[in-house]
Amino acid sequence: MGLAAAGTLLVATGCGAADMTKQSSPYANAQGAKTVTLSVQSWVGAQSNIAVAEYLLKHELGYRVDTVQVDEVPAWDALSQGRVDAIMEDWGHPDQEQRYVKDKKTIVKGGDLGVTGHIGWFVPTYFAKQHPDVTDWKNLNKYASQLRTPESGGKGQLLDGSPSYVTNDKALVDNLKLKYQVVFSGSEAAQITQIKQFAKAKKPFLTYWYQPQWLFKKVPMTEVKLPAYKDGCDADPKKVACAYPKTPLQKYLNADFSKNGGKAAAFLKNFKWTTEDQNEVSLLIADQKLSPDEAAKKWIDEHESTWRSWLPK
Amino acid sequence: MAAASTATAPAADTPRFGALLRNRVLGKLLLLAVVAAVLVPIVNARWASGSWPHALTVDLTGPLGKTSDWIIDNRDSHPLFLYFFGHISNAVVVSVRGVYLVLLAAGWAGVTAAAGLIAWRVAGLKLAASAVVAILVCGWFGMWVPTMQTLALMIVAVLASVVLGMLLGLAAGLSDRTYRALRPVLDTMQVFPAYAYLLPVVLVFGIGVPAAVLATVVYAAPPMARLTALGLRGADGGVMEAVASLGATARQRLLTARLPLARKQLLLGLNQTIMMALSMAVIASVIGAGGLGDRVYQALASVDVGAALAAGIPIVLLAVILDRTTAAAGERLGAAEPDGRRLHGPYGWGVAAVLTVVVALVARLAGRIDWPDTWTVNIADPVNSAVDWMTDHLYSGVPYIGGTADWAGHFTTWVLDPLRDGLQWLPWWSVLLIVAALAWLIGTWRTAVTAVLAMAAIGVLGVWKPSLDTLSQVLAAVAVTLVVGFAVGIAAARSGRLERLLRPVLDVFQTMPQFVYLIPVVALFGVGRAPAVAAAVVYALPAVIRITTQGLREVDGAAMESARSMGATSGQQLRQVQLPLARPALLLAVNQGVVLVLAVVIIGGLVGGGALGYEVVFGLAQGDLATGLVGGAAIVCLGLMLDRVTQPTERRAKKGA
Repeated sequence: MGLAAAGTLLVATGCGAADMTKQSSPYANAQGAKTVTLSVQSWVGAQSNIAVAEYLLKHELGYRVDTVQVDEVPAWDALSQGRVDAIMEDWGHPDQEQRYVKDKKTIVKGGDLGVTGHIGWFVPTYFAKQHPDVTDWKNLNKYASQLRTPESGGKGQLLDGSPSYVTNDKALVDNLKLKYQVVFSGSEAAQITQIKQFAKAKKPFLTYWYQPQWLFKKVPMTEVKLPAYKDGCDADPKKVACAYPKTPLQKYLNADFSKNGGKAAAFLKNFKWTTEDQNEVSLLIADQKLSPDEAAKKWIDEHESTWRSWLPK
Repeated sequence: MAAASTATAPAADTPRFGALLRNRVLGKLLLLAVVAAVLVPIVNARWASGSWPHALTVDLTGPLGKTSDWIIDNRDSHPLFLYFFGHISNAVVVSVRGVYLVLLAAGWAGVTAAAGLIAWRVAGLKLAASAVVAILVCGWFGMWVPTMQTLALMIVAVLASVVLGMLLGLAAGLSDRTYRALRPVLDTMQVFPAYAYLLPVVLVFGIGVPAAVLATVVYAAPPMARLTALGLRGADGGVMEAVASLGATARQRLLTARLPLARKQLLLGLNQTIMMALSMAVIASVIGAGGLGDRVYQALASVDVGAALAAGIPIVLLAVILDRTTAAAGERLGAAEPDGRRLHGPYGWGVAAVLTVVVALVARLAGRIDWPDTWTVNIADPVNSAVDWMTDHLYSGVPYIGGTADWAGHFTTWVLDPLRDGLQWLPWWSVLLIVAALAWLIGTWRTAVTAVLAMAAIGVLGVWKPSLDTLSQVLAAVAVTLVVGFAVGIAAARSGRLERLLRPVLDVFQTMPQFVYLIPVVALFGVGRAPAVAAAVVYALPAVIRITTQGLREVDGAAMESARSMGATSGQQLRQVQLPLARPALLLAVNQGVVLVLAVVIIGGLVGGGALGYEVVFGLAQGDLATGLVGGAAIVCLGLMLDRVTQPTERRAKKGA
């Protein structure tokens, strides 16, 4: 068998050019099954998209689904190389879009996910109720001393999340002259754990956070108003002094997969739901600790009319 | 009287030796002071600044960023990629896929049977039973497919590492010049944190299995190469002489005498290679390796310690089984002739192969290829409730002692902050001087030069400040590790029962993927540098405890006996005989502690450790490879510096993890 394997290896790689951008995952299409490889990003909302898509692909369309966890920007590269077939939720990466969609044409747009994303600064609602003026950025300096932690030194703490997320916070703190220190928790898991612990002790905190997010149901938070967003105000990353935009989240497909992916590609293009739908599934996964598969099944059992229309005829 | 004289001999020796040592120490320090007195005013006049002077840095982000862009733009057209890297990548994909398909075709029954039979052949019945149980547990936890993916990746990576390592080892074993050139490289590669290997392969191959396999091979091949070379070089001169006098050709000498004589080292190398490949295969989930590591990574994203454990336990089981099986195979080699009852030789292997095929076929005919869904158990829920309870009751507000979060806060404010600020406050040339002095006192002038150059390279790369931040975390973690590790190690050396109790615990802790440690420490200590330090301490402790215990145990019995007969109390025995005699082992423990702590402090970037670890995580996450690579290079330099500073003159081959 070793010889046979070596033989195939030679035949497969022996001569001619080998384009590594056209090599799919070794786990794909095993045992003759049709496989779709989806990129899961680290946040739970993205896991919900994948869970529902995976369940339907498996049980309604007969595919085998592999998921790979990749961060946002590397996922674009993996998508262009065909190592994953689709990204279900993208928060806007103009550089990558330019490079892969417009220049190299290895990725195509897959349409709206139906969910609108928004990034902002948030304080817990219990704190905002006691101090209503904290929700304006101009008053943040007044509260810096209350938001101090050992990690932030003498300044207030602005808790930031995973390094992979889109953020201008360091520039914002500088340009708005805030007495705050951005503390990167390093991963969303770490950030959520920290927020929950603050909430349990009813301590005040200021955090980078985003909607839609299931955590709002567990820890109600109020957004702090930053200077209003205008088109192009975030063009120079060093000079940003305005809020984050509202982004309609997008799907992207590998170009080959989009053409030859058959029913799976058509289904993923049709996939479109709402913020409430996504949150429902996310909450089941992250808070009720259901497995993504069970959570998807629960949602699918209750929303047949929604997903029926996604299935290709 | 005789006893007294043996005891006084070393005592009389000590002061003389001590004086000599002090003189040498003084001499070295004096020389350094002279050098410093000449150089410091010059450099200080030229580049007066506390932190590393900006004029002496080289900004690599521009060129590195351009390289990265160029690679992405040309990956599908440039001949270098089409005809070289493309084939490597393809070969990896094809082989991993081949192994994966074979594993799937064998079905769960076939794989389990094969595992049991292989373990039986090389290590005996007891281990065969454990292997079967371990594989079944993987399926029982609902991790069958990920386990097979990890196994497929591991098999390919280990085979490639072994071939590569043996080739390098052969070259180094047979030629003195190659040996001298390779040895420092291999030595050095063993101290790098696994994380630093990920970025360069991602740069060339992109995210995915090929990158993961290659990173694993580069990480796991050095021990094989080292031990092959050692084994070949260690061949008994008499035997070689005899073989040569029989008129054997060089080839025959190698195949019939040298390699068989080196079998023990080769198996030890295989063992270490497998263990390192497994730990890397888990970490490589960050660059798309898939399999069990990916499950751990995904579970951590939703703060699901239970699910992380469900994937972590199979990893630990695989590790323990692979370790024990290869270790047992090595021990058996030296043992007496196998007794007649066992099936041995090709016949036994034949039986094993036939049995495997039969079991696989039976399962296939019974329609039981895939692991049955109903045979799984959910361990995530009970584990999560336990973790929740811990967080609820220990986090803060515990009467009198305060909660874990309060400790973490105090640790950050009173230990980490002053240490970091102190290090960053020191003028840059004084940091170099301290490094030089320490490395020279503990090691040789060579290690001192390497250490200073490595530290200077960090400055040149322009990441002086974050590196000192990381260094402060490493120092704090190492201090805690050593205090706890030495205490437990001494206790275990003095009590056989405690050692037996600790052994399985240490085994498990040493093989756990580093990822799994991160979330419970966040739950207990919050986000920041304190949890990173805590995870590092937990990870490095087993190695330190083990080396300390062994070192103390190996202290010459006669010396202990004579001390006892002199009426020394047990405390005196420990302080005046055991600890001084075990000094080399203790130094080795320090060295290992430092290397292991650094590896985890880096991963601590995922839980708010900041500094260099964060730069690498950021580089990977944002596809900003330039930042990541500079961070990675600085980690390598820091690792090199720390290793050299703590390196006793004689170094041992074994890596703790």
